[in-house]
Amino acid sequence: MKIGSFLLKRSLHSIFVIFGLSVVIFIIGRVIPGDPARMALGPRAPEEVVQRLRQEMYLDKPLPEQYFYWIRGVLSGDFGRSLVTKRAVSEDIKEYLPATAELAIFAGILMVIFAILLGTLAAQYKDTWVDNLIRALSYFGVAIPAFVAAIIFMLLFGYYWPILPVLGRLSPGISYPTRITGLLTLDSLIQGNFVVFWDAFKHLILPSVALSLLHIFQNARVTRSSMVDNMRKDFISAERGYGIPERVIMFKYLLKPSLIPTVSVMGMGFPNIFASAFLVEMIFNWPGISRYGINAMMNKDLYVISAVIIVFGSIFVVMNIIVDITLAFLDPRIRFSTGRGI
Amino acid sequence: MRNSNQPNNSMAISLVRPKSIFWHNLGKNWYKFSRNRLSIVGLVIVAGIIISAIFAPWIIPYPEHTGPFVDFENTMQPPSLQHLFGIDNIGRDIFSRVIFASRGALIMVVVVLALAVPSGVLLGLIAGYFQNTWIDSIIMRITDVFLAVPPLMLALAIAAVLKPTLMNAMIAVTFTWWARYSRLVYGMASSVRNEYFVIAADLTGASKFHILLREILPNCLSPIFTKVALDVGWVILVGASLSFVGLGEQPPIPALGQMVSDGATYMPNYWWMSIFPALAIVLTILSFNLLGDGLRDMLEIGRD
Repeated sequence: MKIGSFLLKRSLHSIFVIFGLSVVIFIIGRVIPGDPARMALGPRAPEEVVQRLRQEMYLDKPLPEQYFYWIRGVLSGDFGRSLVTKRAVSEDIKEYLPATAELAIFAGILMVIFAILLGTLAAQYKDTWVDNLIRALSYFGVAIPAFVAAIIFMLLFGYYWPILPVLGRLSPGISYPTRITGLLTLDSLIQGNFVVFWDAFKHLILPSVALSLLHIFQNARVTRSSMVDNMRKDFISAERGYGIPERVIMFKYLLKPSLIPTVSVMGMGFPNIFASAFLVEMIFNWPGISRYGINAMMNKDLYVISAVIIVFGSIFVVMNIIVDITLAFLDPRIRFSTGRGI
Repeated sequence: MRNSNQPNNSMAISLVRPKSIFWHNLGKNWYKFSRNRLSIVGLVIVAGIIISAIFAPWIIPYPEHTGPFVDFENTMQPPSLQHLFGIDNIGRDIFSRVIFASRGALIMVVVVLALAVPSGVLLGLIAGYFQNTWIDSIIMRITDVFLAVPPLMLALAIAAVLKPTLMNAMIAVTFTWWARYSRLVYGMASSVRNEYFVIAADLTGASKFHILLREILPNCLSPIFTKVALDVGWVILVGASLSFVGLGEQPPIPALGQMVSDGATYMPNYWWMSIFPALAIVLTILSFNLLGDGLRDMLEIGRD
């Protein structure tokens, strides 16, 4: 199958998934007992105000009609108005998402680099102390939720060994660079402002390590076991027989096919990093989408909750397409056959 | 699942469904499991956690500290022999609270998996059996939708619209969890249904019910058990995360995530308030993972 039609098919499937997700999240928001307008305004709000909000949210209309009005807005980029901040949800998301995205992308990069590095090391030095050490670390690494790692880092680096900043995105006294992408490190690099870049970078380290820790070790294990499996394959023995240097075999011939399962797991890991960023941001006081989202959740701000879910679902779907393309690149046998999922 | 029942060219084509490998060979399975010492360590710790959680009200040193209890005379005391994990900001023994809180975490695991696994498995079986029909399409498209959001995210959203209680947190996690099982079973069921013993059962007039539950399901069991064993840690993690943001067991009843987040405010000086519950979360997940790995090695075929 050609890559064009493959992408088309995958995109159609993704659109369907996002549409289904919008239905699910809409139903969750509306079918719960209680009146969303009343819940949003609290028990003491006068009845006529609640009534007006009900009309504004089309709550007096039948459900399918409500959905239609909402999805029509969503398709044109209008996610409704937040009941808490009183601003357009799309604007709020535009403001808060980049900080989270920067954190998650950085954590994702750490995940890719260190997972492959540790996995390769463990496979290369199979059954030596290196392998055992990495395995022992992995057992713990996989058992530490991101927010627990964040708390421990906070204690270690915030108070006992203050070599890295633990709060916010920039040190006090350093002003934000002009906003281009909203990612501070990228913006400051574009503008050649290395002082800000270095400061933003230092602030990124602890939260992103806390976020990626679990995924680094999970994927290191996947990479190791996949490499160890492939080491026994005939093509590797054949290459050894030809006298190809071990290092070349390792990185040129062994790593590429061995990364196939890793890439699949990583594709699932990245959206999970985004989701756990919620908790890590709270601890490191990171001005991302978490405080906004949590606030919305506590106040049953339906428009915000649905918008956040749809944004995260879209990230997931896009990630899946990227994973499929990467897999096809790694494994010529796949040839873009469209099986379900990855 | 054994290769022996694969259609082949030999004379004897087996029309009898293979016996489930799990319930037989218990001795051999135990041998395989116990060869890895870490699995035994996991099993022992898990057993300890479960027993102490069940008997928590009777074995913890200060049972009244898990309810509405305040003692402003003794607050913020560091770990000591009387109070192993120290005392929190309103005078409660943290050791007692941690042990008691593990109950909520375990109840969540049991309830979530007991609801999500059978429903996911059943849907996957049905979709797999009716592969390429509208039933398959409907079930698997809905599954795709639920798999499209990180479980933590969807659970947060569902728990948020409901009232914050342990019950609702469990409902939220269950809603996000079933889809993984229907995807897993779907793949297996759609291949097992073409095996000769299923076709034979079909030809002899067995009911759909019989075919699904007695012919196909037993052959999907060991991957399901493996996944359950490895999922326990994830459910604990998601549950702890929910209670960390306040969507779980409500104070004064302790929950691990909730204790971590309460303690975080007092972090530098009164570190014991959140570090001990945090370590309890890590130990619980770690031991369940070790146990799960052992079970996987035991159940996985052809990995000797």
